[in-house]
Amino acid sequence: MSGEALRVTGICKSFGGLKAVQDFSIALPTGSLRGLIGPNGAGKTTVFNLLTGVYRPDAGRVELGGGEITGRRPFLIAEAGLSRTFQNIRLFGELSVLDNVRLGCHVRARHGTFRALLRTPWQRGEERAIEERARRLLRVFGLEGRAQDQARNLPYGDQRKLEIARALATEPRVLLLDEPAAGMNSQEKLGLRELIRGVRRDFGVTILLIEHDMGVVMDICERITVLDYGKIIAEGTPAEIQSNPKVVEAYLGADDDAEGIDTAYASGRRPAVGGPSDA
Amino acid sequence: MASLPERSRELAPGAAGSALRSAAPALGGVALALVLHFFATPLIGDFYAKVLLDIGVNIVLAVSLTMVNGFTGQFSIGHAAFMMVGGYVSAMIVYYGSMLGYGSPDLQGGLISSTISGREAPFVTLADLMFAGSLVAGGLFAAACGYVVGLPSLRLKGDYLAIVTLGFGEIVRVLVQSQTGDVLYTVEEVRETPIWQLPTKVGGALGFSGLPFYSSLFWVFLVVSLTLLAAYRLKRSATGRAFLSIREDEIASEAMGVNTTKFKVSAFTISAFFAGVAGGLFAHTIGVTLNPGELGFQKSFDIIIMVVLGGLGSISGATIAAAIVTILPELLRNPEPLLRLWPALAGIGAVAAVAGLVMRARGRSGGLFFKAALAAGIAVALGFAARSAIDAGHDLGRYRMILFALALVLLMILRPQGLFGVHEIWERSMWRGLLHAVGGGGKGRA
Repeated sequence: MSGEALRVTGICKSFGGLKAVQDFSIALPTGSLRGLIGPNGAGKTTVFNLLTGVYRPDAGRVELGGGEITGRRPFLIAEAGLSRTFQNIRLFGELSVLDNVRLGCHVRARHGTFRALLRTPWQRGEERAIEERARRLLRVFGLEGRAQDQARNLPYGDQRKLEIARALATEPRVLLLDEPAAGMNSQEKLGLRELIRGVRRDFGVTILLIEHDMGVVMDICERITVLDYGKIIAEGTPAEIQSNPKVVEAYLGADDDAEGIDTAYASGRRPAVGGPSDA
Repeated sequence: MASLPERSRELAPGAAGSALRSAAPALGGVALALVLHFFATPLIGDFYAKVLLDIGVNIVLAVSLTMVNGFTGQFSIGHAAFMMVGGYVSAMIVYYGSMLGYGSPDLQGGLISSTISGREAPFVTLADLMFAGSLVAGGLFAAACGYVVGLPSLRLKGDYLAIVTLGFGEIVRVLVQSQTGDVLYTVEEVRETPIWQLPTKVGGALGFSGLPFYSSLFWVFLVVSLTLLAAYRLKRSATGRAFLSIREDEIASEAMGVNTTKFKVSAFTISAFFAGVAGGLFAHTIGVTLNPGELGFQKSFDIIIMVVLGGLGSISGATIAAAIVTILPELLRNPEPLLRLWPALAGIGAVAAVAGLVMRARGRSGGLFFKAALAAGIAVALGFAARSAIDAGHDLGRYRMILFALALVLLMILRPQGLFGVHEIWERSMWRGLLHAVGGGGKGRA
C-alpha cells in the first residue's frame, strides 16, 4: 500500500451542458484530515457523490487503499471501505437509533435470509456481536441513553452525530463528512471539533470534510482543498488558504471590481456567505 | 478490537440449545393449530369456524404483503396474482393427484384435514402430506414468478413495481380465464390425458370446481403461525433491518452497504411464496370455488387495505387488520354477537368516565379516559342504530365497502402511518405514538 488512503485522479462530471466537476484530483495520506471548501454550488457534494458511487464519473479514476472503485455501485464502495454522511440528514427516521447504527454494521456481517429464518447459532452470535458493536459506538457519541428512540425524534445535533456513528459502523478507511456543523449552534460546533478529532484518533480513519463553517475547517484540518465552479483553485494549509487571493476572490468576488460580485449574484450564487473571514 | 465475524463466533450459542430455541416457536404453532382445530369449532359453531378459516388465510396474505409494502416500502398491487398462481398449482396437484392415486377427487385426508366433526378417519394420512406438499409447491411456483417479475422492476427506483404487478395480475387472470379448458371429471379422462396437458385443464372462467376441502383450521393456522414466525424473524434480523432501511431512505441504505436490488427482490420473492401458500389454502377452503374472476385487482386491493389499516411494516397490525376486515362484513350482516356485548361496553364507558372525573378532581386532565368513555358510548349508539336499521329491513352487509372506504379516509387523516405504524402491538413506542395520535392536539396534557 502506498500510504495513501484515497487517491482521486482527474474525475469529471457533466450534467447536460453544466460541467459540475472538472478534472478533480486529490490524494489523502492515511490518517489525514482534509477540508474541502468552496462557495455554494462549487461542486463539493457532487464530488462526494462521485466518490461514493451515487453518480458515475465521466472520466478519471478513484482508488481506495490502492484498489480501484471508480463507478462501482454505492454498496460495493461502502464495502470497500468508503463511508459518508449526508448534507441533508438521511437517517432511517422511523427506525430506532440503535437500528440505524446496527444497519451500518451489516456490511461487515455475513447475514442471510435463511439464517435469519432458522435463527442458526451463527446468526444469533452475529446479532449479538452487531448489537454490542452498535452500542459501543453509541456510547462513544453519547447517544446510548437514546438507543431505543426513533431516530427522527432526536435533536438536530444528535442526528448529525448519529449519522457519523452509522457511517463509522461500516468500518471505513475513509470517512466523508458533508457539512457536519450545518444547523449547529456555536456550543455544539465546539463539541463537534473535538468529536471529529477524536474519531480520527480512535477509529484510525482518514477524513475528508466539507464544511461551510470556517471556524471548524481552519481549526481541525491539516490541509484544505478549495473548489470553485467544479475546479480546484487552491490547496494548502489553513494559513495558506486564508491568504490565497484566488480563494478570497472566489468567496468575495474580485475585490477591485464591483461587477465581480454582481456577476456572482447573476449566476445565482451567494458570494460572501461563509467566507474565510467568518471564523 | 476483534472483527465482527470473529466476535460473532465468540458470541454464538451452543448448537443444541440454539436449535431448541429456534424450533420451539414452530412447535408452539403446531400446538396452537391443533388446539384450534379440535376445540374451536364446538366452541364458536360452524359458521364462525368458517369465518376463522377466512381470517387465517387473510392473515397470511396481509402479513406476506407487509413484507413488500410494509418492510421495503415498494408498492405491489398484484398480490392476488401470486395467490392465484399458488392456488392453481396446489389445486392441480391435489385434484389430479387424488384422481390418479385414489380414483376420485374426494377428501382422503385424516382428522387434521377434516372440517366435518365426527368423521371416521386416521389422524393423518398420506393425502395430508400430498396436500402439504402441494402448498409448498404452490408457494415455490409463486416465488419463482415473484422473482421473475421483481428482478427487472425492482432494479429501478420508484413506483415501477406497482405498474408491473398490476399488469402481471391481469395477465395471470386473463390467461387462466381464456387459455384453460374444462376440468376433467372422470378417472378415465385423466388417465388418457398426457400429464403435461393437465395444467390447462383447470376450468377457465368457470373456476376449478370439485376440489376437496383440505383447508382445516389445523392447516390454516399452522401456516399462519409459520408465516408470522418467518415475518417476525425477518424483521428482527439484519435482513429485515436492510428491508426497512430501503423503505426509509434508499440512497442512504445503499451508501451504508445495502445491496438494495438484492434485498428488494428477496423480500418480494419471500412475499410471493407466502401468498402462493395462502392461495393453496384458499383453493381448498370450504365454500370457495377457485375462480380467476375472484382473484383479480379487487382481491389485491382488499389485501392492501388490511396492510395499510394495520400500519405499513407492522406484523401484528396486519394480523389484527386482517381479522377486522374479514369479520366486519359478517358482523354487519348479523350484528347480534356484537349487540349482545352492549352492557359490557356501556360498563367500560361508565368506568372510564368515572376514572376521568377522578383524574380531573385530582387536577390531572384525564382526557384519555373521557375519550375512551366517548368511544364506548359511540359504539353502543352505533350498535342500537345497526339493530334498528336491520329491524327496518336494511341489509347492512351491502354497505361494508363504504364503511371500509370511510375508515381508510379517516385513518389517512388522523394517522397516516396506519394503526400501529411500523411497530408491533407489544412495543412501547407503538403505544406512545398511538396515544399521541388519540390525544390529538394534546390540549391540557402535561
